[in-house]
Amino acid sequence: MAERSFAAEIGKLRQGAGTTFSGEGILAVTKALLQSGVAYVGGYQGAPISHLMDVLGDAHEVLSELDVYFENSASEATAAAMLAASVHQPLRGAVTFKSTVGTNVASDALANLASGGVTGGALIIVGEDYGEGSSIMQERSHAFAMKSQMWLLDPRPNLEAIVDAVEAGFELSEVSNTPVMLQLRLRSCHLHGTFTAKDNVRPPTTVKDAIENPRRDIDRVVLPPASFLHEREKHEHRWPQAVRFIKERGLNEVFGNGLADVGIIVQGGLYNTLNRSLEMLGASDPYGRTTVPLYVMNVTYPVVDEEILDFCADKKAVLLLEEGQPDYLEQNLHAVLRRAGSTTALHGKDLLPAVGEYTSTAVTKGVARFLRTHLPEAVTEEPSLLLAESDPASPFAPRVAAPAMRPRPPGLCTGCPERPIFSALKLAERETGPHHISADIGCHLFAVNEPFNLGATTMGYGLGSAGASALNSKDADRRTVAFMGDGGFWHNGLTSGVGNAVFNENDQLLVVVDNAYSAATGGQDVLSSQADNPIRSTRHPIERAVRGIGVRWSRTVTDTYKVSALRDLFVRALTTKEPGPKVIVAQSECQLNRQRRVKKQRAADLGAGRRVVRERFGVDPETCTGDHACIRISGCPSLTITDNPDPLRTDPVATVLDSCVGCGVCGANAHAAVLCPSFYRTDVVQNPTRRDRFLAAVRTRWIALASRGLETRAARYEVTA
Amino acid sequence: MTTTTLRTDVPGARRGPGWRDGLRPVTLAVLAMGGEGGGVLADWIVAVGEEAGWTAQTTSVAGVAQRTGATVYYVEMLPPPAGGVPVGGRREPVLSLFPTPGEVDIVIASELMECGRAVQRGFATPDRTTLITSTNRVYSVDEKIGLGDGRVDADELFAAAQRAARVLVAADFARMADDAGSVISASLYGALAGSGALPFTREQFEAPIRAFPKAAEKSLRAFAAAYTEAAGQVSADGAGTAGTGPAGTGTATATAGTASSATGPGGAEAGEEPVTAAPARPAAPGGPVPVTIGRRRPETEEDRKRAAERERTRIAASDPASLVGPALTAQAGRTALLPAAARSTVLHGVVRTAVYQGPEYADRYLDRVARVAAADPDRDGDAALTREAGRHIALWMCYQDTIQVALQKTRRHRMARVREEAKAGEGHLAQVREFLHPQVEELTDMMPARLGAWLLRSRVFGRLVHLLTHRGLVLNTTSVTGFTALAVLARMRPLRPRSLRFVREQEAIDAWLDLALAKAADGPRLAREIIECQRVLKGYGATYAHGDDSFGLLMAAARELPAHDGSARRLEALRAAALADEDGATLREELANRPVAG
Repeated sequence: MAERSFAAEIGKLRQGAGTTFSGEGILAVTKALLQSGVAYVGGYQGAPISHLMDVLGDAHEVLSELDVYFENSASEATAAAMLAASVHQPLRGAVTFKSTVGTNVASDALANLASGGVTGGALIIVGEDYGEGSSIMQERSHAFAMKSQMWLLDPRPNLEAIVDAVEAGFELSEVSNTPVMLQLRLRSCHLHGTFTAKDNVRPPTTVKDAIENPRRDIDRVVLPPASFLHEREKHEHRWPQAVRFIKERGLNEVFGNGLADVGIIVQGGLYNTLNRSLEMLGASDPYGRTTVPLYVMNVTYPVVDEEILDFCADKKAVLLLEEGQPDYLEQNLHAVLRRAGSTTALHGKDLLPAVGEYTSTAVTKGVARFLRTHLPEAVTEEPSLLLAESDPASPFAPRVAAPAMRPRPPGLCTGCPERPIFSALKLAERETGPHHISADIGCHLFAVNEPFNLGATTMGYGLGSAGASALNSKDADRRTVAFMGDGGFWHNGLTSGVGNAVFNENDQLLVVVDNAYSAATGGQDVLSSQADNPIRSTRHPIERAVRGIGVRWSRTVTDTYKVSALRDLFVRALTTKEPGPKVIVAQSECQLNRQRRVKKQRAADLGAGRRVVRERFGVDPETCTGDHACIRISGCPSLTITDNPDPLRTDPVATVLDSCVGCGVCGANAHAAVLCPSFYRTDVVQNPTRRDRFLAAVRTRWIALASRGLETRAARYEVTA
Repeated sequence: MTTTTLRTDVPGARRGPGWRDGLRPVTLAVLAMGGEGGGVLADWIVAVGEEAGWTAQTTSVAGVAQRTGATVYYVEMLPPPAGGVPVGGRREPVLSLFPTPGEVDIVIASELMECGRAVQRGFATPDRTTLITSTNRVYSVDEKIGLGDGRVDADELFAAAQRAARVLVAADFARMADDAGSVISASLYGALAGSGALPFTREQFEAPIRAFPKAAEKSLRAFAAAYTEAAGQVSADGAGTAGTGPAGTGTATATAGTASSATGPGGAEAGEEPVTAAPARPAAPGGPVPVTIGRRRPETEEDRKRAAERERTRIAASDPASLVGPALTAQAGRTALLPAAARSTVLHGVVRTAVYQGPEYADRYLDRVARVAAADPDRDGDAALTREAGRHIALWMCYQDTIQVALQKTRRHRMARVREEAKAGEGHLAQVREFLHPQVEELTDMMPARLGAWLLRSRVFGRLVHLLTHRGLVLNTTSVTGFTALAVLARMRPLRPRSLRFVREQEAIDAWLDLALAKAADGPRLAREIIECQRVLKGYGATYAHGDDSFGLLMAAARELPAHDGSARRLEALRAAALADEDGATLREELANRPVAG
């Protein structure tokens, strides 16, 4: 089950025509799919589109009412291949994933899909994970649209515009027999806003209808000679159809034309940022009443040449706002203008940053430079961000000493079961020496940071093992270590990594972090999840899978918090003479998800008067000498430092915050690393039983007795507080 | 292409008010760490706005970025236009997804370094921003992992907040939330309401909290505490300056240097309000920057400690016996011969050493301090050498052996502290389990010197100890057997002076002091640095062993260094190197690169 429950959102999916839908961008897309008569939906979770998958996962009732098929795809490639259902059948289908990483994985299927073309509308909703908060390499989905010839929609970040784009996207796909990509930027996905809902539409042809009436057309299969035909079709038929539709439906927008002889061309997704910049320069207002003509490309691929030429016809200069690199659009527009012999000057990356997110600051600076050159009268204001940093009125004037600011990258949560895995590995390396460690994608990648500093490369989701495949030598005196999460394992790691290692007799140690969820993407279930999922088949052990594929040395650890045992197991796996890959499945439930369960249960138990034991760890400040060795092998957010209460000591002591969930890593680390005797665990028993109370009474009596001498002696030397 | 619906066919310009005239949304950024409820806070704010008829939008970057990392949530809100949507305008206003540096009206930070980040990124600026920050610190991993004290200067962070705020509301909102049994998002929300930066009533603010009755009571308690604090701060500072009073509380609104944008009380009448949605007007660019209200930093723990120490120093001079137990009156009297500035510290040391071993041990401590005091060139002044010696000699003499740890674990005040820390309420039982891992050395250290030395060499004994303890020992101190075991250990104090370690430590202490005193005549600062090297002796097990190695290297270096104060800086740098990492690599490298001899 996902990290969040979407019960409230599911109600919104039922909203009827004329009602106001209020919610997140990605939920608006979900509703728009149902309004468009979608017949099937699939996808692979990942920020920023996880919520789309989670909501649909929780909404099976709504979906079954409408006969919409929904699948949690095994990977983005699986999701993209699903769209094959729309090749011959008039079925509208949509898939979603994180981009560009998901699009990378999906691109084989997407290329095949785009070659043969589609009959029913095929929509690929990509969450563009670019800029601040992104967790992946910085690339553009635009390239995929170009290389496979799929249309790319980039609507204005406004719920109404996004919903319209979904509906128009299906139509565009159908009239041009081409899959359509709908690109949503990170912030648009999490944008809260409103739009006017329509009724949901039951698909005119359902999945069931399609199954019962199979169709085939050999010309749609990617095999010569049809594949040569497809390329020709793309160029001669599908492209012109798409352009006609885009023009007729007015998918791109022009604002304020005729007001000036300069203009700005902008990707739809950047429109709001641009309008803010214009507002600050005195050239627009919150209602979008610009004094500078704008051409908003809600469709960024294909470029509609006539619209560009039309817009530029009465302009001496235009500025293009295009986020990311390479500057595909800018190159395209230069070609369009030059071929037409246009004299309009085209500016773009010469005035704007070549790389990075087009933030308000970046856009304002670029637009100001452009307008001051070509339309100075439009600039009536100067926002303070344009001032030099040396100007005391600049927002960037130094007001905080730089050394006081430290980065705060994301890290493992309090009580995370992955922390002890890395503690144990760090301790094992004290015995075996350092190893090359190939990391994967997932929360476990945080181990590359302080305090663990474990992990040298990451080659992609599920590719931790494959990333270590070349470092395999019979002559080496140590083996490499690879990491993989359960998510990545089922996504492709079982074959790309484990199977590969078995086949090639790789000597590596592979650690599969099995926390019972695809945790980093929001806690979705996977094949090996322990949860009892009513609509999915779970509880397929990872160890069985690896043994089935030929691994001989495999161990499953069911409690990662036992650091000493895990360390010893690591040492064994790193030193055993057994050939072939060694696989350790390190299993403990994701704490974020566990707490959601446990907290509820505890509250219920307390309410019902049942005995509840609450655990937390603590540090004796007198015993702690402030060396922080415990923190250096943990990094737990709840294990931190505080002023030393001892008047004779100055260095801060370790302390455990109230957020501690009592996972036990502190104690286990203190043992495994022979740290110090400062750690203790407090078990608070609420609603104690009669036996508890009796035992406590006896103990309290005895302790009072046994400590009397010590206290009496101390009282002679100490001042009683 | 869509037809130009916005076209006015008036080349040249849009007419009407714009950004600088106040036709702009209220902009608000929340800087928090993932998991702190920043998203909930942003949602509450949006709910208040929407309920009042405003257009509200919130965005954030979510996903893995939110796992405990620094995260920004951003809200924009625009009241309905006075006379309807202006001609040619969009029905729905265009709001931005990014906070723009220099243009953020309200910044809420959950912690002091995140507040610093808001300043560094230009979100909080002195011409515009109501900056609401919690003054507590949540240390970054960078700050936590140092062997010494890696924390950044909180005063600098607070000063940055003062430099970058038009109105500053600063208090420990984390503690307020904690006291109310709630989370920081609730108290920060209360602070926002109390700051008066948004024109909504308290009831309006509380409504979204009440919508979820389950957690409402605790959240409202945190909200109320923070509301009162913030309102108090703003009205105390705001008289005649730039603060706007809390809406709905009847506080007069006064906006410095700007005439046009008084924000009306209560958002219920939002529709009748002028289009000026922004809570305050910025100065025109290039014009004078309004004076930031410089709230004094609320008294910190540090301030309270300093005041207490001043008081203690006074008592140490007049009535030293009152700072020790009845059996140490004579020892307290001896401190009168020591420099006044060092007495408070030394009295701590007297108590510490006496509890550790006995009054004779306290005398031995005083003898050692007196030796240093005799060489202190600044006896009548700050007496830093004596004071530091008083501190470090006591710490070293009370080294953490098994007996000492057992004593610490069995003291009554410790159990009381543990219960309080665990928030064990009435009727709740608390059990404490220690995570112990006795090493062969720690056991033999405790034994009479000869026996200890013999057992330490014994392989059978070593194996036996390993077998019993290598997986660690979990001892229930609250059980009869567990407590008895520790209480017996704590009573083994009389064995200590005959133990292997005691002999070794006393010799090392004297050698260390001899070295410091040998250098003191010509280099008192160097002597002090030698004394302070005791700081690297910390930790247990491997950490202690590494520290001990580093200490040896430092002493060897100190011996070689010429006896003048110029060497002090060098030794200080070497000590910093020793604390730079766990295994002493930096120190060894430093010594290899620049040998001290010659």
